[in-house]
Amino acid sequence: MNASQTLVALWTLVLKEIKRFTRIWPQTLLPPSITMAMYFIIFGNLIGSRIGSMDGFTYMDFIVPGLIMMSVITNSYSNVASSFFSNKFQRSIEEMMVSPMPNWVILAGFILGGMARGLGVGLIVTLVSLFFTRLTVEHPLLTVLVVVLTSALFSIGGFINALLANKFDDISIVPTFILTPLTYLGGVFYSISMLPDVWQGVSMLNPILYMVNVFRYGFLGVSDIPVGWALTAVLGFILVLFWVALSMLARGKGIRS
Amino acid sequence: MAEPALSIRGLTKQYGNGFQALKGIDLDVQQGDFFALLGPNGAGKSTTLGVVCSLVQKSQGKVSIFGIDIDKDFAKAKYQLGVVPQEFNFNQFEKVHDIVLAQAGYYGMTRREAIPRAKQLLTDLGLWDKRDGSARMLSGGMKRRLMIARALMHRPKLLILDEPTAGVDIELRRSMWEYMRRINRDEGTTIILTTHYLEEAESLCRNIAIINHGEIVRNTSVRELLTELSRETFLLDLAAPVSDAPVIDGFDIQRVEASQLSLVVHRGQRLNDVFDALTDQGLQVVSMRNHANRLEEMFVSMVDGSQNKIDQPSDNKQEARV
Repeated sequence: MNASQTLVALWTLVLKEIKRFTRIWPQTLLPPSITMAMYFIIFGNLIGSRIGSMDGFTYMDFIVPGLIMMSVITNSYSNVASSFFSNKFQRSIEEMMVSPMPNWVILAGFILGGMARGLGVGLIVTLVSLFFTRLTVEHPLLTVLVVVLTSALFSIGGFINALLANKFDDISIVPTFILTPLTYLGGVFYSISMLPDVWQGVSMLNPILYMVNVFRYGFLGVSDIPVGWALTAVLGFILVLFWVALSMLARGKGIRS
Repeated sequence: MAEPALSIRGLTKQYGNGFQALKGIDLDVQQGDFFALLGPNGAGKSTTLGVVCSLVQKSQGKVSIFGIDIDKDFAKAKYQLGVVPQEFNFNQFEKVHDIVLAQAGYYGMTRREAIPRAKQLLTDLGLWDKRDGSARMLSGGMKRRLMIARALMHRPKLLILDEPTAGVDIELRRSMWEYMRRINRDEGTTIILTTHYLEEAESLCRNIAIINHGEIVRNTSVRELLTELSRETFLLDLAAPVSDAPVIDGFDIQRVEASQLSLVVHRGQRLNDVFDALTDQGLQVVSMRNHANRLEEMFVSMVDGSQNKIDQPSDNKQEARV
């Protein structure tokens, strides 16, 4: 394929993915908006007013970046995992496999589709948060950069999960038993400075902590961890997982006999 | 001489469980041919075609499509190839129009090129008025035609049809045959067909390969194959019932029903002799037909008895399934 044909193929796949999740918006876009509105009302307003300040900010201001990031992570991941597995299940993945599209285009198409949903939901949640607080963004470029990288990282994760999955149950195991606990323990609702030293050390092993903190730094200008180090780690994870996913795709893992 | 549309040399496939699906297949399909690949279930037909269209990874061997080695430039080879699989493999929740346009996009066709092409194909295949409907709302026959339209979007020079008319009613099957004949004749598209309907292979295809236990057991023209047919079995419907089968020297005649006989005619024997003898015995034949498709008789003689799972629809003996 020449460059323009490759772009057409990539755009076709991305557009198809965007059409898919917008067609089923009551399942994909509406629930996170409602869930996050509940978080803002209950944790931010009702309970948050009794908690007081966190790192010098109101509790509502403190949790908004974390909740936006949580939406981006879960939606990026689940979009690619469910869409790619659904393609495997219905065998419509064969449409792509018999075509001359390079593997990296297939991978990039699904990742960009996952990012479109993850970032779209992130934007919706951000707009919902404006009903509850007045957002300020200290470092806009950094904020955008970290949310885009995080969305890409978890989209790749969802892709690998779908490649390895043999049944629909297999694509809910990781979000339920790994992603959600790591997100809740990743400093969305609290600063790790509140934890005893031992648990602060344990928390540092949680990659989501870094993403949430850098994102929060973008909004509020405060972070529990060094920003540059966190960005480098996220970028490194993206490169490694992209390579892993591409290798699996080339070997036909889960899709070729 | 032009490169074959498909050339396969020494193709083997061993699955992870140790099953050897292909045992060194050699096969050539010439450009412009209408070619049948036949074999019993599990013989290796779909595995062979799966390797050609990249859905199955080969163990060893070489495959070239119009002279392009798939190990060297599979992407270029894939441009020449259109695939209609046996199972429905599109997203059932997408619109018909979106499915064909997306496939064109995967081949790098812009929407400006793809939209008129989709209109032409969907119209030709009787799906244009269904274009805005979800694919899951289509009937089985329409879904098969949708897969043909999708496979033709990028104007492939080689079309692979894996049992394209399975489960399709007779009227629709014949209209699909006519469409396939037309693209083969008018557009020069090389077609490789696998089918369980031997009547289909005999009616459509010029050349044929029979695969069994992962090996090509025969590769010749349909005409050549049929000349080798040493015997044919006919069913004769009589004007009046008989209690026993008549005895005629040199012919094997069995009573099937009260008014029906089966007659085996070997090469060199004449049907006139049978009719003369039956007339002499006072028996009138009102109609006659082949007990099985001629190709099926040939096929049965070629593959192992244990593999000859002939699944014949009871209401139409011509449509023997292999």
